[in-house]
Amino acid sequence: MTNLLLAAESGGHAANQVVETTSGAIGLAYLVPLVPLVGFALVLLLGRRLRERSAFLATGMAAVSFLLSVAILFQVIGDPAAHVRPLFTWIGAGDLQITYDLYIDQLTAVMLLVVTGVGTLVHVYSYGYMYGDERFERFFAYLNLFLFSMLVLVLGANFLTLFLGWELVGLSSYLLIGFWFEKREYAAAAKKAFITNRVGDVSFMVAMFVIFNLFGSLAFTDVLPEAGSVLSGGQATLIALLLMGGAAAKSAQIPLYVWLPDAMAGPTPVSALIHAATMVTAGVYLMVRASSFLVLSLEAMTIVAWTGALTALLAAVIAIRQDDIKKILAYSTVSQLGYMFIGVGTGGFSEGIFHLVTHAFFKGLLFLAAGSVMHAMANRTDIWKMGGLRKVMPITFWTSLVAWLAISAIPPFSGFFSKDQILTAAYENGFTAVWALGIFVAVLTAFYMSRWFFLTFLGEPRWTAGEPIADDHGGGGSHVPGDDPTGDAPSSQDAHVTHLHPHESPASMTVPLVVLGVLSLLGGALNLTHHGPFYSWLEPVVASTEEVGFAEHGALTEPMLIVISVVAGLLGIGLAYLAYVRRSLRGVHPEVVRGPIAELAERKFYVDELYQAIFVRFGRRVADGMVWFDRTVVDGLVNGVGSLSTSTARVTRRSQTGFARGYLASMAVGAIVLIAVLLIQVR
Amino acid sequence: MLLSIVLFLPLVGAIALSFVPDDRSAKLTALVASAAAFVASLVLVAQFDTGNPDLQLTVDAEWIPAIGASFALAVDGISLLLVVLTTFMTPLIILASWDHRDRVRGYLAAFLALETAVLGVFTATDLLLFYVFFEFSLVPMYLIIGMWGGANRRYAAVKFFLYTMLGGLLMLVGILYLFGQAGSFDYQAARELSLPVGTQRWLFLVFFAAFAIKVPLFPVHTWLPDAHTEAPTAGSVFLAAILLKLGGYGLLRFSLPLFPEATQEFVPWILALCVIGILYGAIVALMQKDVKKLVAYSSVAHMGFVVLGIFALNVTATSAGVVQMVNHGLSTGALFLLIGFLYERRHTRQIAAFSGLARRVPVMAGFWLVVTMSSLALPGLNGFVGEFPILLGTYQTVPWAAVLGAFGVVLAALYLLWAYQRMFHGPLEGADNEHTVDLKPREIGVLTPLVVLIVLIGVYPQPLYDAVVPSVERVLTEMGGDVAAAGDDVVRPLSDAGASR
Repeated sequence: MTNLLLAAESGGHAANQVVETTSGAIGLAYLVPLVPLVGFALVLLLGRRLRERSAFLATGMAAVSFLLSVAILFQVIGDPAAHVRPLFTWIGAGDLQITYDLYIDQLTAVMLLVVTGVGTLVHVYSYGYMYGDERFERFFAYLNLFLFSMLVLVLGANFLTLFLGWELVGLSSYLLIGFWFEKREYAAAAKKAFITNRVGDVSFMVAMFVIFNLFGSLAFTDVLPEAGSVLSGGQATLIALLLMGGAAAKSAQIPLYVWLPDAMAGPTPVSALIHAATMVTAGVYLMVRASSFLVLSLEAMTIVAWTGALTALLAAVIAIRQDDIKKILAYSTVSQLGYMFIGVGTGGFSEGIFHLVTHAFFKGLLFLAAGSVMHAMANRTDIWKMGGLRKVMPITFWTSLVAWLAISAIPPFSGFFSKDQILTAAYENGFTAVWALGIFVAVLTAFYMSRWFFLTFLGEPRWTAGEPIADDHGGGGSHVPGDDPTGDAPSSQDAHVTHLHPHESPASMTVPLVVLGVLSLLGGALNLTHHGPFYSWLEPVVASTEEVGFAEHGALTEPMLIVISVVAGLLGIGLAYLAYVRRSLRGVHPEVVRGPIAELAERKFYVDELYQAIFVRFGRRVADGMVWFDRTVVDGLVNGVGSLSTSTARVTRRSQTGFARGYLASMAVGAIVLIAVLLIQVR
Repeated sequence: MLLSIVLFLPLVGAIALSFVPDDRSAKLTALVASAAAFVASLVLVAQFDTGNPDLQLTVDAEWIPAIGASFALAVDGISLLLVVLTTFMTPLIILASWDHRDRVRGYLAAFLALETAVLGVFTATDLLLFYVFFEFSLVPMYLIIGMWGGANRRYAAVKFFLYTMLGGLLMLVGILYLFGQAGSFDYQAARELSLPVGTQRWLFLVFFAAFAIKVPLFPVHTWLPDAHTEAPTAGSVFLAAILLKLGGYGLLRFSLPLFPEATQEFVPWILALCVIGILYGAIVALMQKDVKKLVAYSSVAHMGFVVLGIFALNVTATSAGVVQMVNHGLSTGALFLLIGFLYERRHTRQIAAFSGLARRVPVMAGFWLVVTMSSLALPGLNGFVGEFPILLGTYQTVPWAAVLGAFGVVLAALYLLWAYQRMFHGPLEGADNEHTVDLKPREIGVLTPLVVLIVLIGVYPQPLYDAVVPSVERVLTEMGGDVAAAGDDVVRPLSDAGASR
């Protein structure tokens, strides 16, 4: 920490120098992704023989990556610069020359630590959570594959290598969402995630075409420092918005957020690691990496900021009326990603990354805690059937408490600092309306997260020990103690019946909770004041916003903004307390938030239904029409012209000799033409 | 000499098949002959001078001196890739047919003869010889579909035959005209002709007809789904992996260099056909109920990418078009193999008949998924290192075509993953699904080399590009300075910085 402080102070305000580095930890940086890749291959090939030991292998690989990442951090602290670790060529075709070079600067170092740190914790947690699953070793193979992919994403030194990781995390996500593929909804959720992300990928790919067209390269070192001198305003807007299109899919922004709530079909550790802490933040990483484009276009920044603000609002409203312990967190993730986009769009690049980091801690923790609760409740997910778990699972309770206060932005918990700084940046750069919306969403956030927390842990139990319940949540059921892990439990159509005996989770699960709890509590220390050490640390990476031309900001001072933030969080918690703790929840319909908007929120504003109607039903009709067109018009026309159908029918009817006759005939025609032409020409 | 050996080894094997006593030794003979051709082609690779854009390792013998036709063979980087693809795939195809029981000798002989024909197409540098091989390749394929195909095989076989024959005859007229102008059938002589644009235009069209049908491009693609559905597995694999490449190869070898001005005139039209094919083929594939038809239509889309790259007339895109032919051969070949293996078990290809198979046949599901990912161009696998440079290169010359084509990657993911989901995911329902057996060691042995290459090329495609780029550069430069300039030097203020990376 002190090192980091010192480095930040001496870092100055200038942009990074680019240096080629092949020594020290950075020289070995290729091992960071490679080690988990080897883990993936080994577990995949030897998994059947390794069984439980696959978990140790995979976790060991993750831990090695983490240690290497720490070493890299220290090297970057000692030598703050944009280090390029040259490697060999990936694609070299004409002008297009793409290498596997790695790019390591202050931002990369942060991302590496988050990815490998949270990644390793989730590996440890998964040992307990997935124990007894029939595809236990496969799960760890996929986790290692994910780590590899995500590390390629953050280490790539050009847009295409970033895209390589970008797509491979998509594959890992597909595999892990559909991990219990026997359930149709889960398989559908996996496909939906992949396809939705592909839509964003088109945008990302076109962005690369444009960048290559204008810069003749996709390497960060060629493109980013030159953006200001090469691009016109319109070109910068175009590139920024195309990149935004890709980021909006990966980071679940309007209109492409729809895959993320469904992605909760994956095992809960996956939701924590991929769909909360790391992969979904890749879009934020991309936008910050490409901040040089953004600062050239106030239009693009405004669109990014408003996309984030509206996404944050929409997801928060929906979250208020969700009852599934994971779905609430999923919408909350969408909403928090919206905050990060507000940061990016309003020029708070470092603030966005800071929130990315604290969010990785507290949201990772919230998901792992939810997993711990599901573990205890035989995979029950309805928070209305929980309550009173405070006494049964104290570690899960206390760590969840920390995470809840962090996401509700109550000081001194980490989420307060990062969220407040994003909103401050928005306000100070003249985005007053975005700021106000952000404050409103902060109230909602505190409200729905308190609802989540209160209904799960506080009050009287709304369950009875020993009650038989249908375990309908995939293969997770097979690890519930007393349950027979063999047999085909995960695939069974008919829900698996278990008896409810809530209990605290094993140490492999609670230790990661505690570690993340500490980080969620203390993470704010990275940047206690707005322009603190974390801000300075990233300053050489992100583009200066001095020349964007932001509007003048309002009259509120920073202390006043902080007070408003705190009041917003407390207000949300207070309202939820009145609604869900003070009131008896034993009634027929205990939900307090009612009315037409609440009903709409519960139905998620029918967005899925709308997309279904437009893209699936209408799309299918178009496709059916094209199939008809192909068979009758295209095929029919060509057949008709050659009167193929009749001759074919005749040939078919006649006999086997059809071939010989047809062939001889055409050969004869060919020969006659040949001879005729030769005779004419030779003469 | 070496080229003749590669070319005729399969044919020798085919002839030898009439002397072997039983089916088993026939299979061994065929395997040995095709494997020998593969080894010989590796020697060819070793002797090939990669940096040299010229046609090399020439064979030139008298053939029909009276009309100036000679038995002339040679390879450049473009043909070399396709030769090796052919010799690599054929032994696998034969190995995949190991359980074939119906008139085995004829069946294998047809494949070996087909291999020689195709190798002839890829290496001939005499127009008449090219034509002969091009048309001769129809016969074994016709027999494979017509004699060993499915229920509706005759319709499909005749349709295949007449379609491609028609294209071939049109091309013959063009070849004879060129002969009249150049006084010989020599490829180089034809290349040195400078024909008036008006002449180029109709010559371009007759050659294009032959190659577009072969590729096949929209709207002359409808023979392909029928041929694929009716062909036996090995036939489908050969058709998709190799035979379709005759079209792409022909365009690059003949249409571009012989008719450069006409090519440029037709570029917008052809790119439009490609883009339509990419989107249309994908959308029609989406709705197919028969998984083999689905993959057949996906070939229309994928080959649309190939031709898009070739006609972008830009070193990056055009080279990638060639590389993508190899990639499509590997991925689609592997997909048809998998479909065949599944068909042997279940005697159906209706997607609706399958459910939850990943639980019962995890190895097959794993192979299927890797090949699917390759086919939908996941970075890190081979499809991407072809498709992305095609689109990126195309953007530099014709932006709208690249942007529209890029939507093809969404559709590819949609039809492939949807099919995978319906067949392999979901509950394992029904006795048929429950009793499906996983891949046997021989089948794994056939698929493994393909998957290894799918990964290797995806991670390190450079050897392919090193072979292709010089030859492609040569073709594009000779087409005329302005084309090469447009393709080569995009408006780039930072070209120096770009080149250094």
